[in-house]
Amino acid sequence: METHSLTFDRLLLASGQELGPVTLAYQTYGRLDEKGGNAILLLHALTGDAHVAGLVAGEPKPGWWDPMVGSGKAFDTDKYFIVCSNVIGGCRGSTGPGSADPKTGKPYGIHFPVITIADMVEAQRHLMDYLNVPTWLAVAGGSMGGMQALQWAASYPERVRSVIPIATTLKHSPQQIAFDEVGRQAIMADPDWRGGEYYGHGQPERGLAVARMIGHITYMSDQSMEEKFSRRMKTDGFKFSFDAEFEVEGYLRNRGAHFVRRFDANSYLYVTRAMDYFDLSGDKLFKPGAPIPRFLVVSFKSDWLYPSYQSRDIVTALRSRHGDVTYVEVNSTYGHDAFLVEYDEQTRLIKSFIAKTHAP
Amino acid sequence: MRPDYAAILRMVEPGARVLDLGCGKGDLLSLLVRDRNVKAQGIELREESIYECVEKGLTVLHGDIEGGLGEFPDKSFDYVILNQSMQETRNVEFVLKEALRVGKKAIVGFPNMCHWRARLDVFFRGRTPVSPALPYRWHNTPNVHFLSLRDFEEFCQEKGLLVLDRQGLTAHGRARFWPNFFGESAVYKLTAGESFSL
Repeated sequence: METHSLTFDRLLLASGQELGPVTLAYQTYGRLDEKGGNAILLLHALTGDAHVAGLVAGEPKPGWWDPMVGSGKAFDTDKYFIVCSNVIGGCRGSTGPGSADPKTGKPYGIHFPVITIADMVEAQRHLMDYLNVPTWLAVAGGSMGGMQALQWAASYPERVRSVIPIATTLKHSPQQIAFDEVGRQAIMADPDWRGGEYYGHGQPERGLAVARMIGHITYMSDQSMEEKFSRRMKTDGFKFSFDAEFEVEGYLRNRGAHFVRRFDANSYLYVTRAMDYFDLSGDKLFKPGAPIPRFLVVSFKSDWLYPSYQSRDIVTALRSRHGDVTYVEVNSTYGHDAFLVEYDEQTRLIKSFIAKTHAP
Repeated sequence: MRPDYAAILRMVEPGARVLDLGCGKGDLLSLLVRDRNVKAQGIELREESIYECVEKGLTVLHGDIEGGLGEFPDKSFDYVILNQSMQETRNVEFVLKEALRVGKKAIVGFPNMCHWRARLDVFFRGRTPVSPALPYRWHNTPNVHFLSLRDFEEFCQEKGLLVLDRQGLTAHGRARFWPNFFGESAVYKLTAGESFSL
């Protein structure tokens, strides 16, 4: 597997600003059939990337949804043409605040325009056309990937046959915005952030690590943290210090330290902002006169960051328009992380759902 | 085919929009899709059953019908089916009211507590009845209401529910005579009458 990229001239953004040139990183698996009816788009969460499955040179781990994508798996690469797209605003091969601004030749930094989930999808629509995909058989993703999937249904319903939003929401709630804001403030409060102009000096590592630590807390559940860490100590009893004495502290510090090596702090600001702006409530999920794709909505019982009621709100919106929607709340204890853990359940659902859409 | 499924198939016209409340593993809905080409939607509480429905290609929502059917607009369905699930709900009146809000007609199936063998169990053996239609014992039954055809018809009259069709059923087919005595279970087709008061 390798990551490809598509570059196109310009993108008109929801803010009214223009961005260009725009590069979008993506990976593909399997083959597009003659009619172009077997293409599936997979969309990643906040800090993910185009590497969804298999091994890529230079990366030690398989892709972020590897157990779901491959021969005979939920997204079966023997049958389907699978595309995983990165997002603009990110830092994993697509145009973002760390990219060079053509006007100055220096990184955009804080002069990068604020983008939305709809802008991310608009960039992906360029990729769709480039790949000669007429319609997606399915568009699927968890968390922010689910928001992009929903946005696809809102922006291009006539080019999407089915949508699989997992552990996501029609709109970011005040609690979700609040957690994002704390993460952003942690970054911006770090003197190394330098007003966003830190390129060439090194990342605001402490701030970005704290943002990631907060993130990880919200991705787990009380029960999964109890099972994973309990009150176990890294040290032999209390040291009466502020070192990482508890395992949970060590874990969070470790995740934070690991994260700053692969993710750009300004991208964290921009991508979380895009999520905060996301709101397809009311009738915004529906394009007048367009057909409504089939939906499979999945939530997880212990997910308190994107609670099940938010998924049920998606179902209610769809049912109000007589949409064809299947909904499952998976009884998982893994919190928001469940969509990256509960593979058996998701596989059973997604495999049958896509097969039914493919050959009704 | 189960006699209750056969009775329900007889009651539903081809191409109808059908909502099955408590659809289980989707066996009835699959039959309705296959033999009546209905537009099917199920609601089921048990997660494991949902997977089986999805594997059968059905459209199903994971949820508890006791909480109402708030996600469905009025009269979204031609038929709302409550087969063997009404007697397991706590608030029957509310569930039926919701069923007839979102559906033009309701189809209700339940075991008959006054089947002759059940009467014998009570009268001669002094025990709560256990039969193929009432297979549970007192401590593990999911049923929270026990009723007969007569009980249900009195209830319908009281609440202004019009009975459009009634089929008493034995283990092998229809109980055409004295269904409240010979029927192990029954299936009713209902609609809201002029004096509907649920």
